[in-house]
Amino acid sequence: MAKRIDVTDLNVYYGDFKAVEGVTMTVEPRSVTAFIGPSGCGKSTFLRTLNRMHEVIPGGRVEGKVMLDDQDLYAASMDPVRVRRTVGMVFQRPNPFPTMSIYDNVAAGLRLNGVRGKSTLDGIVEESLKGANLWNEVKDRLGKPGAGLSGGQQQRLCIARAIAVQPQVLLMDEPCSALDPISTLAIEDLINELKTSYTIVIVTHNMQQAARVSDRTAFFNLRATGEPGRLVEIDDTTRIFNNPSQKQTEDYISGRFG
Amino acid sequence: MSLTTTPEHHVPDDGAPTGPTTPPSRPPARQAAREMDNPHQARAVKDILARIVMWSAFALAMVPLVWILWTVASQGVHMLTEATWWTGNQRNINSDDAGGGARHAIEGTLIQAGMTALISIPIGILTAVYLVEYGRGRLAKAISFMVDILSGVPSIVAALFIYAVWVTTFGIDRSGFAVSLSLVLLMIPTIVRSTEEMLKLVPNELREASYALGVPKWVTVVRIVLRTAFSGIVTGILLGLARVMGETAPLLILGPYTKNFQRDLFDGNMATLPTMINQDRGDFALVTAAERMWGAALTLIILVLLLNILGRVVAHYGSVKK
Ligand SMILES: Nc1ncnc2c1ncn2[C@@H]1O[C@H](COP(=O)(O)OP(=O)(O)OP(=O)(O)O)[C@@H](O)[C@H]1O
Ligand SMILES: [Mg+2]
Repeated sequence: MAKRIDVTDLNVYYGDFKAVEGVTMTVEPRSVTAFIGPSGCGKSTFLRTLNRMHEVIPGGRVEGKVMLDDQDLYAASMDPVRVRRTVGMVFQRPNPFPTMSIYDNVAAGLRLNGVRGKSTLDGIVEESLKGANLWNEVKDRLGKPGAGLSGGQQQRLCIARAIAVQPQVLLMDEPCSALDPISTLAIEDLINELKTSYTIVIVTHNMQQAARVSDRTAFFNLRATGEPGRLVEIDDTTRIFNNPSQKQTEDYISGRFG
Repeated sequence: MSLTTTPEHHVPDDGAPTGPTTPPSRPPARQAAREMDNPHQARAVKDILARIVMWSAFALAMVPLVWILWTVASQGVHMLTEATWWTGNQRNINSDDAGGGARHAIEGTLIQAGMTALISIPIGILTAVYLVEYGRGRLAKAISFMVDILSGVPSIVAALFIYAVWVTTFGIDRSGFAVSLSLVLLMIPTIVRSTEEMLKLVPNELREASYALGVPKWVTVVRIVLRTAFSGIVTGILLGLARVMGETAPLLILGPYTKNFQRDLFDGNMATLPTMINQDRGDFALVTAAERMWGAALTLIILVLLLNILGRVVAHYGSVKK
């Protein structure tokens, strides 16, 4: 199920502004890859190119190549809607659909894509909520509004919603930044479980979190504000944190930077 | 570095946050003391003054409202207590005859408003959806500009325009439908603007959440965006409809009064509450006619009020719950 992502020479633009330049990297399947780097270096921007969410922003465009196994995500014949069904995404701020119940939120991706049948949906909803470690907390109130949950629960609801459509890759942009330490731990545990079946990419500002959850870490940096962000290096997490090959990375990690 | 503010750190009375890194640039103790005492008193005085001004403005605004409501209600209410008022029409009732019904006019007003809504709601909502969700560049700007112009068109101009097209150019008789058409011109910009506002209130995060699930844009617009904004849109439409129902100029020009029942929008004269008021106003000197006029006015106010209340109720119960 999980797929490998190969990015070659990717430039990302907002209109005329080049936000990210020359990224080449491989994201391994069934593993967690963390993106770290100072604010504004283009982590979110780059992440959103991996499921073609970047082009939703007016003026957003991309040059270069992104391969998902043997599929070219930016091929002319590739439908962005299909890409997003394969590559799911969890956002920084939990964003459950406010008009929908907990159940409907999880079922949303399937229903909106035309899946019918109560027993099918019931099964997937339960499975996804269990997968997101939320089932026990909400099983008695599936009909209640999703927006009525706590922030951490909402974020897990969003993860359940994302995995309910059975993507191959899960992108997470600072999924814990709005959460307390306990909810954060719950989500980190969840990421650990999910990586057995998904390819996971997570953006985080929290070094400990990157060290705890990820197998590989990519460090992004930018030379100066207004300059495009670049990938400095990507390597096994233990190497990045103990013995990085670039001076910049070491400076950033040891806190001598920014 | 610690982010806690040290206790001796002076926090100015206006509550402006002073960063912990910037040294307190506050002047010597004398001025600080003055700032501590005076602003309290000064603010209390300002507060009282503002309250007085606010409440007087409110009372002033209420005077004409209460006055109108009281006059109309006290003069018209006894007409409304007659059963025939709600069931009958004015057929064979002369100006100096008392009583008669207003049902023909109530029906006419509702039927015309219904037709107006039927035409303008889809056009208005689709235009707003285009402007907010799809429109980029020239066309969207042009449409938005046109809507602005349309919303500034006085109702009599809308009525004359329809008269010119409908009656003069096409040679079709005046009718309830012609009235509805001119009301459509007045209603569309209201719907477009209010729906636009509601669509803009839908957070972009919800659209992105939907796209990220692999949901096509049009499904996202229909099932997420319109759904989330639904009660706001309905409220806007009901309030717009309530306003249009009281319009009079198009009725006078395009929909002549009749004392009979007329439920066919395409068959000539059609009574409405505003034209009934106008009819009886002509014989205001007669108590019988004057009473009918007040009764019709009160009925119209009640209809509009009901629509307004319905709008508020939808807004209240349809809004997103926590
Ligand atoms: N919608 C946008 N339009 C124009 N420029 C944008 C937009 N979003 C981001 N940018 C710019 O692109 C660059 C990269 O931003 P991005 O949000 O990807 O950074 P980031 O690494 O995710 O930062 P953070 O860690 O603060 O989330 C920044 O210079 C930012 O100003
Ligand atoms: Mg970011």
